[in-house]
Amino acid sequence: MTALDDLARLARHRGEPVVQPRMGFARPARMRAGLARTRAARALTAGTITVDSYTRVGDLAGVREALAAGAELNGFPLVAHGPGVTRAVVAGIGEAGFPVQVRHGSAMPLPIVATLLAAGLDATEGGPVSYCLPYGRTPLRESVAQWARCCELLAAHGGHLESFGGCLLGQLCPPGLLVAVSVLEGIFFRRHGLRAISLSYAQQADTAQDIEAIAALRALAAEMLPDVDPHIVLYTHMGAYPRSRDGARELLRESARLAVWAGAERLIVKTTAEAARIPTVEENVAALETAAVTARRHRGRPVPVPPQDTGVLAEARALVEAVLDLDGDLGRAFVRAFERGVLDVPYCLHPDNRNRARAAVDAGGRLRWVSVGAMPIRGITPTAPASAVDARSFLRMLSFVRDAYDRPPPTPDTPAHIRTHPSARDNDPDK
Amino acid sequence: MTDLTVRDGTVERGRPTVLLSSVSSDAHTWNLVFLQLLLEDMGHDVVNLGPCVPDDLLVAACRRHRPDVVVISTVNGHGHIDGPRVVRRLRAEAVPPEVPVLIGGKLTVGRGGAGRVAALLAAGFDGVYEDDDGVAEFCGYLEGLRRPALEGGPG
Repeated sequence: MTALDDLARLARHRGEPVVQPRMGFARPARMRAGLARTRAARALTAGTITVDSYTRVGDLAGVREALAAGAELNGFPLVAHGPGVTRAVVAGIGEAGFPVQVRHGSAMPLPIVATLLAAGLDATEGGPVSYCLPYGRTPLRESVAQWARCCELLAAHGGHLESFGGCLLGQLCPPGLLVAVSVLEGIFFRRHGLRAISLSYAQQADTAQDIEAIAALRALAAEMLPDVDPHIVLYTHMGAYPRSRDGARELLRESARLAVWAGAERLIVKTTAEAARIPTVEENVAALETAAVTARRHRGRPVPVPPQDTGVLAEARALVEAVLDLDGDLGRAFVRAFERGVLDVPYCLHPDNRNRARAAVDAGGRLRWVSVGAMPIRGITPTAPASAVDARSFLRMLSFVRDAYDRPPPTPDTPAHIRTHPSARDNDPDK
Repeated sequence: MTDLTVRDGTVERGRPTVLLSSVSSDAHTWNLVFLQLLLEDMGHDVVNLGPCVPDDLLVAACRRHRPDVVVISTVNGHGHIDGPRVVRRLRAEAVPPEVPVLIGGKLTVGRGGAGRVAALLAAGFDGVYEDDDGVAEFCGYLEGLRRPALEGGPG
């Protein structure tokens, strides 16, 4: 087991999540300082090296030109810097008790995985579906083949891999599909030899629905991955983020409460700068500490949101079983599933995605299917009418969370249906 | 319900066809999905090439679909670099001068400024639309294209 697994186990024991930023700088000294500052934050933290977007798409010439011109990159150019420089960046910082994970977003991550292992690091994230479909045009078949090799390489070094399957396009994907892709990628990792695994879920627009989804993720993971005990990582909202400082901070706090209530062992935070630009180290540290304070305040208290079962687990299970039935080789099953529309990510424009499924956010913030396309989940969860999706309503749905949190806090006259603003909750000890 | 499928066949004529695309380095999708819905609501057929479109693919798609309008949407801040390169190739190899080529989104990392807009127009774009305010202006331009030329006067 890696240091990241040990820390997640400690988090489970303490009832408060590990908190982790997204952070990447081109210059090694700055990257090292950011990691040291993350480690020193007053919270249970893990460090992150976020890779820049040229490295993500394998454009090393682009990296070298930018570095030569002194241009600022949006992350750490891991492969161009190489294992020696990277090893020096984490020396004396990334060790027992403070894991460092490489986050990258690549559909073809072999050079990244090989470099991080050569640098002595052992944790990364992604997946053959979750880092292929949403972000480009790499054929799914090629991504699957390369991710299989990466899993085997990581497994040979006892490494940790987190599925990014709980995000997909970040918003407007109902939770049954997020849970299914996360679990399926976990099974893919396991079949390619990994034992240190985490599964993910991204905060959506309704906390009750999110709690149900994370419970479904845990239940299905226990069933499908009985011998590896994956931990669960929650991403603070990945869609359009509030522009106001107060709104941004409140959405972060809600994700910290969600992590405690749902028992997620790790939380990847967003900062107050999210809507505008890449955050500074200090903004990231402030977000880590805010999340930790909120989580500690809520641990051990009763969950104020009643448990519910609207069918998320049944939907996720139906999808997982349908994909596993397509082929004994899960990589081939993924390819066939997208060809046939057994998996279909709503609004995803990747050439290998059927793009027949549609989803909407209802007035209360719950994600609902408008059409499930050819996915074998018709009638399991409540749906929304087709009229919900036109350009005007679409823009409203895309900014639903941003608008709800940028609005001034509700007064006693605020309509009851605006439930996403958590200060509307009576028994909230943060108030 | 609106059909958002990325089409690879030839689009049947009737409604004006808009070819919608991002540029090679930009992985963003939601801007493209929104614009497709908006353009279809306005009565256009849309061929949506999606994110991370290599220049060669964009040129080939313009040759095949012969769109009435080409719309480039990019929000990663590199549009001022990628845009001129793309439009020069489109003008030289695939898109006749009477077909408008438009670009919009977040085109620079910092503030855009008139100089950037002028450079994009000089490179061959017929319209440059920045940030949220640009959407209404963009819609106005397309509405203008759809209006048939007036013949004679009232009489």
